[in-house]
Amino acid sequence: MEVTTKGMPYEAFKDNEYIEKLADELRANGTNVVVGSLDKLINWGRSNSIWPLTFATSCCGIEFIALGAARYDMARFGWEVARASPRQADFIMVAGTIVHRMAPVVRRLYDQLAEPKYVIATGGCAVSGGPFKNSYHVLKGVGEIIPVDVYVPGCPPRPEAMIYGIMQLSRKMRVERFFGGVNRQENREEFLRNHPIDNTEE
Amino acid sequence: MANIQETIAKQFAEAAFTEGDQLLVNIPDAKWHDLARFLKETPELSFDYLVAIVGMDWTDEFGCIYYLTSTKYNTHISVRVATADRENPMLHSVTDLWAVAGIYEREVYDFFGIVFIGNPDMRRLFLRNDWVGFPFRKDYDTDPEVNPVRLDHEAVEDTTVTYVEDETGKVVKKDVTIFEPDDFVVNIGPQHPATHGVLRLRTAVDGETIKKIDLYLGYIHRGIEKLCEGLGYPQTLHFTDRLDYLSAMNNRHCLCLCIEKALGLEVPRRAQVIRVMMDELMRISSHLLFIGTFCMDLGATTMLFYALRERETILDILEKTCGARMTFNYNCIGGVIADLDENFVADVKKFIEIMPKAIKEYNKIFTGNVIAHNRMDGVGVLSKEDAVSYGVTGPSGRASGWACDTRKTNPYGIYSELEFDEIVRTEGDSMARYKVRIAEIEQSVRILEQLVDNIPDGEICAKVPKIVKLPEGHWFQQVETARGAFGVFIESKGGTSPTRMKFNSPGFCLAGAIDHLTRGAKIADLITIGGSLDYVVPDIDR
Repeated sequence: MEVTTKGMPYEAFKDNEYIEKLADELRANGTNVVVGSLDKLINWGRSNSIWPLTFATSCCGIEFIALGAARYDMARFGWEVARASPRQADFIMVAGTIVHRMAPVVRRLYDQLAEPKYVIATGGCAVSGGPFKNSYHVLKGVGEIIPVDVYVPGCPPRPEAMIYGIMQLSRKMRVERFFGGVNRQENREEFLRNHPIDNTEE
Repeated sequence: MANIQETIAKQFAEAAFTEGDQLLVNIPDAKWHDLARFLKETPELSFDYLVAIVGMDWTDEFGCIYYLTSTKYNTHISVRVATADRENPMLHSVTDLWAVAGIYEREVYDFFGIVFIGNPDMRRLFLRNDWVGFPFRKDYDTDPEVNPVRLDHEAVEDTTVTYVEDETGKVVKKDVTIFEPDDFVVNIGPQHPATHGVLRLRTAVDGETIKKIDLYLGYIHRGIEKLCEGLGYPQTLHFTDRLDYLSAMNNRHCLCLCIEKALGLEVPRRAQVIRVMMDELMRISSHLLFIGTFCMDLGATTMLFYALRERETILDILEKTCGARMTFNYNCIGGVIADLDENFVADVKKFIEIMPKAIKEYNKIFTGNVIAHNRMDGVGVLSKEDAVSYGVTGPSGRASGWACDTRKTNPYGIYSELEFDEIVRTEGDSMARYKVRIAEIEQSVRILEQLVDNIPDGEICAKVPKIVKLPEGHWFQQVETARGAFGVFIESKGGTSPTRMKFNSPGFCLAGAIDHLTRGAKIADLITIGGSLDYVVPDIDR
């Protein structure tokens, strides 16, 4: 199954085995015709208008601004609607070093994103701590505190690399199952179990 | 120099003097505040600008080195104050003399645990308030078990502590209120599109009017200075690119200059010219990004696209030579790491042609705009005295009438041979800060014009030993980045890595002045003022 996005030729992607494996895994038990078709339609829409959260801590954020400006122009791909509130965004682009003091804030931002939500770790620091990994105050990658979907290495990655990274995310969205998959809804009890509030009985 | 020494020695018999790259005065802590007052208020000394406070751990004693400059006479002096008490190290604060000392001393307290008697706010600045230990002490426990990654939110404090001396000379701890219980406090940041990075401002408002701002830093504190202590000198260079990534070249130039000064190294002429050209290209690109983001904050989104269009041309030029768009790794000890690209001269010439036209365009679109004037005129006025006292250097300081351009006052590299004007305005408001930057782009283009045809042939790097060892001593060097005076302090014990390296960033002082600038302003003006100061948060936090 050829999964591609934004008119990129399938062969141009570098890790097609991964996406094929993912697609096979998700479709191991077959797909319902109606639900599968609806999934395809919805995923087509979702993957073509991914809204990022404006979130940047350091250098990578400047490249993200460059990505939004005229030369790289992410509006071509439908990603230009950068939201300042996580509640309106689809994915969080962790652009820059995450340090101890920032960790709870990132975690909260992630929790505030509406499902289905995604994370792209951009740059050496967000991937693994980068040049600062020996520091007393730096996390060895944002993967320590939130699940990451796409890693974009570089220090900072070029805007082209960021485009490639978001395209990979877009491809992932295309193969996912929406109904019964990522369209997850948590009821109140489930939510409170996962996010316990201190000093409360219930 | 001798004159200053005599004047001080006459008043303070305890003072001992050491000659170095600057005159160093050793003074016991008991006399420090008197000496500070004397240095600032004696008319023939008038050291009115506190450049830096470098906290130190000499293993047998804690202390600080204060760097002072007189804006009147352009003289420099440094003062060493130490305490042997490792359990409860205490020094006297100089917050009442220099406003910037307040935030500098908090930094030293955060890293070394030195308490400053008389500082009105002795909280941690960069690290969480439940952090265990003081990381810059040589005996700090680096075990990750001691300070794990905590995912709980730290407690919000409305009070702080201060240490004061009572009549008997005993130091007592006192509580101080930051926000009254009936204050309406709005939290802005750390994730907020208008704070230009992860800055957190707790803002007390009365309706639309700002009453007070409490600044929280450290959301991108990476402990770079501590990391440097474990690395060789050439290895420390790359960190400077990641401090203020918009003045990456200038920052790295500064560290290289400081190491070269310590080594007594002569940099080849060609390398010096290249360095200055790169610095100026970097300055233009930084100011362009400032124009873009600042105007976008004020609602003029189109300016971002205009300004970044020209910025991309600069990045292309830099990329051809350095191979990167942002963290260039170009300067090295003794010169530059690679020769210029063959098209460099032609590209720069092309750029020199388009830039003046582009500035005209910016002025046409934005500078004369009525809305821009309404948003910026008279907003966030900083007087010259306050600019000096808060250490606000760079374009923001010059907008207040303080001629503080390091390229003019203490020229480094080949700046003394170049013709360019120092842009100084007197209004001190946001509009002046914006206009200074536009005019500085023109001056930088002028510098490029003078150099582009005069790049001499020759070596690009001096002969440097494979293992760089600095002699024993300490050095301080400043350069002018796009944001202001950036300083590097190195202390060496003769080894291959520094025992203390300190980056004195201009953004730190800018952030320290926010509270003062925004008092009584409207909350929408906070965006204008913050944007016009043009700080970069990783530069503040280091």
